[in-house]
Amino acid sequence: MNNSGVDKTRRQFLTNALTVVGAVGTGFVAVPFLSQMQPSVKAKATGAPVQVNLSRLEPGQLIRVEWRGKPVWILNRTEAALSTLTPLESELSDPDSAESLQPAAAKNSTRSLKPEIFVAIGLCTHLGCSPTYRPEIAPTDLGKDWQGGFFCPCHGSKFDIAGRVYSSMPAPTNLEIPPYRYIDDNTIVIGDNA
Amino acid sequence: MNSPRFNNFVNWILARFPLTKVWNEHLAKYYTPKNFNFWYFFGSLALLVLVIQFATGIMLTINYKPDSALAFDSVEYIMRDVDWGWLIRYMHSTGASAFFIVVYLHMFRGLLYGSFKKPRELVWIFGMLIYVCLMAESFMGYLLPWGQMSYWGAQVIISLFSAIPIVGEDLSLWIRGDYVVADATLNRFFAFHVAAIPLVLVLLVFLHIVALHQVGSNNPDGIEIKENKGPDGIPVDGIPFHPYYTVKDIVGICVFLFFFSVVLFYMPELEGYFLEHANFIPADPLQTPEHIAPLWYFTPFYAILRAVPDKFAGVLAMGGAIFVLFLLPWLDTVKVKSIRYRGGIYKKALFLFVISFFGLGYLGMQAPTPNATIAARLLTVVYFSFFLLMPIYTRWEKFKAVPKRLTSNSSIGDQLPLIKQAVADITQDTVVTTKSGKTIHLKTPNPSGLRSASVDLAKKMKDSLD
Repeated sequence: MNNSGVDKTRRQFLTNALTVVGAVGTGFVAVPFLSQMQPSVKAKATGAPVQVNLSRLEPGQLIRVEWRGKPVWILNRTEAALSTLTPLESELSDPDSAESLQPAAAKNSTRSLKPEIFVAIGLCTHLGCSPTYRPEIAPTDLGKDWQGGFFCPCHGSKFDIAGRVYSSMPAPTNLEIPPYRYIDDNTIVIGDNA
Repeated sequence: MNSPRFNNFVNWILARFPLTKVWNEHLAKYYTPKNFNFWYFFGSLALLVLVIQFATGIMLTINYKPDSALAFDSVEYIMRDVDWGWLIRYMHSTGASAFFIVVYLHMFRGLLYGSFKKPRELVWIFGMLIYVCLMAESFMGYLLPWGQMSYWGAQVIISLFSAIPIVGEDLSLWIRGDYVVADATLNRFFAFHVAAIPLVLVLLVFLHIVALHQVGSNNPDGIEIKENKGPDGIPVDGIPFHPYYTVKDIVGICVFLFFFSVVLFYMPELEGYFLEHANFIPADPLQTPEHIAPLWYFTPFYAILRAVPDKFAGVLAMGGAIFVLFLLPWLDTVKVKSIRYRGGIYKKALFLFVISFFGLGYLGMQAPTPNATIAARLLTVVYFSFFLLMPIYTRWEKFKAVPKRLTSNSSIGDQLPLIKQAVADITQDTVVTTKSGKTIHLKTPNPSGLRSASVDLAKKMKDSLD
């Protein structure tokens, strides 16, 4: 023990070492503190596919089913509705769905496996509101050019009857199409395309 | 009270805790400008509302259940089955809107009298942080009743984070704790709303007041009273906060509580402005309400978000509209603080800013029609121009002479002769004889007097903008 003076460099070394160890410790403890906010194992597990029978779906009718907590629309499109798709293409932001999310098999002109049956996740790609189904032609609030489609009440994004977004809308991409497949002519499974 | 026993007790305390020192520093010997006006009520009123929110909020947690299956019903249970539960809940919901009214007026006072300027930059920064905390607090609190507006409002606001490139999707997932707004989201928002943010809020209020008392209060003349001290070292234009302003603030509190009670007892939902109608329907994850809008205090920022036709840019503009307020002390570098001595350019700019804020607030409540979107874009430009062009337009400002000492406003008593004269100018006496033979003196409006009075008023208003 030396009483004649204090070795400042040793003291500084100890201070620095303690600071580094403390910072590393804080970093380690931050992992569980932040990770507990991630979706739990239970939340991740509840994503089972949903089976839907379409035999009673009338032409023009839209039904909503819940898949992974999200609304999924199933719409039986009429011939008249399908005929609006091609003429609208010049007014759309992404008519070929190049920037949008959909299974490869649904990346076509109708954005569906069967042309008349449209399946989509009913959440706007802008901020996640559920757009309303507006099949009528030229209603007063949407203007005389409206050919039927979906309108988001939150921020005014407009989509055509295949969920493709019009140009200069808040929504950046077309509505997302979930993975789905037909197990027979009248039954689909949402959340499974194997 | 002056028994030796009591004195001993007081001395025992004072030897262990600096009670007298704190009392003097912050109340009895805290010298405040003597010319505070109406605008200076809102600081203490904000503190009052904070206390109301804490008290009623704690009482609500006693009966509320933060569970997506039980939350909506537990709020209805509070409203119907808990003794006085309706009163406590309405106090809390009315308090939320009252908080924003008071805080907006408090902030506007800062704009009027330059209260954010040197040396009060940190007071302003702490105040802005309080404002951001309040927004987080009210947003998270609004999810708790688990109504349709709660649900879809949270869905929209959390999705704002997903607009951030690269990390956005993971970030919004981390905030929600599930792939959509769900039970996990409700539970964590409850924790933040009742524990985490209130703690931060209390700390920030403490820092706001400590920073204010270090530099002293500004005043409607924008003069530093500390630059003019008497021989005793006390500012000659200062009066102790207690009892002068504590008593004045009690008057403000009475008036405030009168308006608060009118809303609380007669129109607690205020036609859907304080509690939205759609929120009386339980949350339905499959169906967005036909018309969704945030509560009134967020609508100016919501209108800015909608005005920008790009997702990420819209989110940036909305965040920027709040962030730009933080920069105010460095955007407005004019030395003259009070609007009383500032030039017409700033007055007109502030006037346009107020119009843009109210206009955006109105548009944010309306459906996004094409015309409304164009108007919102225009007002968004005005909003940002007020702040970002400030370093430029203030260069041409012509100031009035700033007095060395505080000025005093004429009281209503002094103005009485002028008011009498004005009434005499715009009316004329007519004498009418009734059937029973009595004569009555009638005062009827005098058209030419009215015309000249309104011209004078218009001239005065124009002059006050120069």
